[in-house]
Amino acid sequence: MQSGEISQVIGKSVGVRMFEVEKGAIRRFADAVGDGNPLFRDVEYARKSHYGDIIAPPGFFGWPLKQPMGSPLVVEFPGELMGPLMKAGYMAATSLDGGMEYDFFLPVYAGDTLTSTTIVKDVRERTGRGGKMCFIILETTYLNQNGDLIAKARATTIMRSMSM
Amino acid sequence: MKKQLYWEDVAEGGEVTPLSKIATTAMLVRWAGGSGDFNPLHYDKVFAEGAGVGQPIVHGALKRQWLVQLMTDWIGDRGWLKRFSCQYRAMDIPRAMRTMTDPVDGETWWCKGKVTKKYIDGDSHCVDCDVWIENGKGEVTTPGKATVILPARG
Repeated sequence: MQSGEISQVIGKSVGVRMFEVEKGAIRRFADAVGDGNPLFRDVEYARKSHYGDIIAPPGFFGWPLKQPMGSPLVVEFPGELMGPLMKAGYMAATSLDGGMEYDFFLPVYAGDTLTSTTIVKDVRERTGRGGKMCFIILETTYLNQNGDLIAKARATTIMRSMSM
Repeated sequence: MKKQLYWEDVAEGGEVTPLSKIATTAMLVRWAGGSGDFNPLHYDKVFAEGAGVGQPIVHGALKRQWLVQLMTDWIGDRGWLKRFSCQYRAMDIPRAMRTMTDPVDGETWWCKGKVTKKYIDGDSHCVDCDVWIENGKGEVTTPGKATVILPARG
């Protein structure tokens, strides 16, 4: 019955956000990775490349990648999604990043404005050695200012249950 | 221009040029700023203890971007990373800082990859790879997969 309630969240929207992809933010992101690729930081170099301008590393769609401060999931999961999860004993505070899957279709350029739309793609429960766990897969679709599909991302979040 | 990898240069079973990384506490603070993920789990010992992790751990997303860099460095400017996935299977602990610029002695992480398949899909010259991060003990903490499109000499 609980897992039935949890599965009700599949397909629900988690929200729509807009990002301006700033050149300085691309550079700070690449610096944080330790990635010195000139395509992400050197305007002269990037202009002479077949991209013609600075691009963002795959996986950067504007700052912040996650909602800032606090538990990211409390913000990312509206009440109607967290409600059924909390009823089943899951708490956002126990959440961990499980992994990521990307499809990249087009480059992200400095100066782009991206729109991201996120839905709950899947929710699965598993019982392991440490008790009950819930795998929540959020799918985000990124479009640029021309409406072109840039990328799709599927992020897995793992929550542990406090109930036995 | 950097050296360009061509599809013809790649063979199944071949290696992706490895990339080494040293995670430090300073780097995690920098990543928090660069990514906007300010979860104290990655820089606060008291919080990390309370969360049952013991001490601050390396962000999964930072490890993911190391593996993305592994691929974009390898495929060059004209290569395209088409698909990428990875799982954060085990925790990694950053090195502490000894001075403003240098970490204490400790482990070095290696990002590695291997070509599993080479094929033509429509007009695209594709290569599938297994990718992963090994910690200082040689254990894989972050396995993944990547598909890239490379230019062909034609």
